[in-house]
Amino acid sequence: MTTEELKTITANQIVDARGTACPGPLLAAKKAIGEIESGEVMEILSSDEGTKHDIPRWCEKMEHEFLGIVEEDSYTRLFLKKA
Amino acid sequence: MSMDFESQILELQKKVGKLEKGTKDQLSMVVFSGDLDKILAAMIIATGAVAYDMQVKLFFTFWATAALRDPKKKVSGKSFMGKMFGMMLPKGKNKLKLSKMNMAGMGAAMIKGLMKKKNVASLDELFKVAGELGVVINICEMSMDLMGFKREEMIDYPNLNVCGVATFLADASESKVQLFI
Repeated sequence: MTTEELKTITANQIVDARGTACPGPLLAAKKAIGEIESGEVMEILSSDEGTKHDIPRWCEKMEHEFLGIVEEDSYTRLFLKKA
Repeated sequence: MSMDFESQILELQKKVGKLEKGTKDQLSMVVFSGDLDKILAAMIIATGAVAYDMQVKLFFTFWATAALRDPKKKVSGKSFMGKMFGMMLPKGKNKLKLSKMNMAGMGAAMIKGLMKKKNVASLDELFKVAGELGVVINICEMSMDLMGFKREEMIDYPNLNVCGVATFLADASESKVQLFI
């Protein structure tokens, strides 16, 4: 999805993992994914560089759909749709 | 013809069963080293693996067993050698040294400071999270025996067991990922 499209999404669940480093964001994502339904969208906020690579790989493994990233000034917003 | 097919299918079922058994979504890791950086790596990998929905079983042996000591717990009744080891080896995870550049403790202090600055979880936090997420820690009985450590002086941890190499090998032979730190 394009950045414009992503910016219009209101996620069903927002996980603020800013201020934590690996494996923090990954664990926060895993915990939060259990709280939404299949097909719902989750947004993860992270200030950790590695997360940009970790989350897409994690989605691959867990078979969620990785939708894309929106870069903000001091953090990144990652969007995914639960399998 | 159909008998042939049937027996072939049975054979295949047996083989697949065996294969599935050997590739559980599980991480089996031997933690042999007692250095701060190595135990950190082990715990970060362990907690990362849980994020991948893997079961994690750690086997702490040799120098790593010292990291599981609880500095607040006092144990009596040790032999002379046991008391010596007890004094010479680090009393728990907050007294570990770096494997390189320890510089009489300055290296370890620097790394801890850096980690705090970059919001990397401390060893205490990693152990806490690991415990909450069901990471199993098996301690090598032989190592404990050799170094004179007792079960009562180890940290409180939800899934802590004392066992032997057979347990590790059984776990490892079923795991998709096997590591040695």
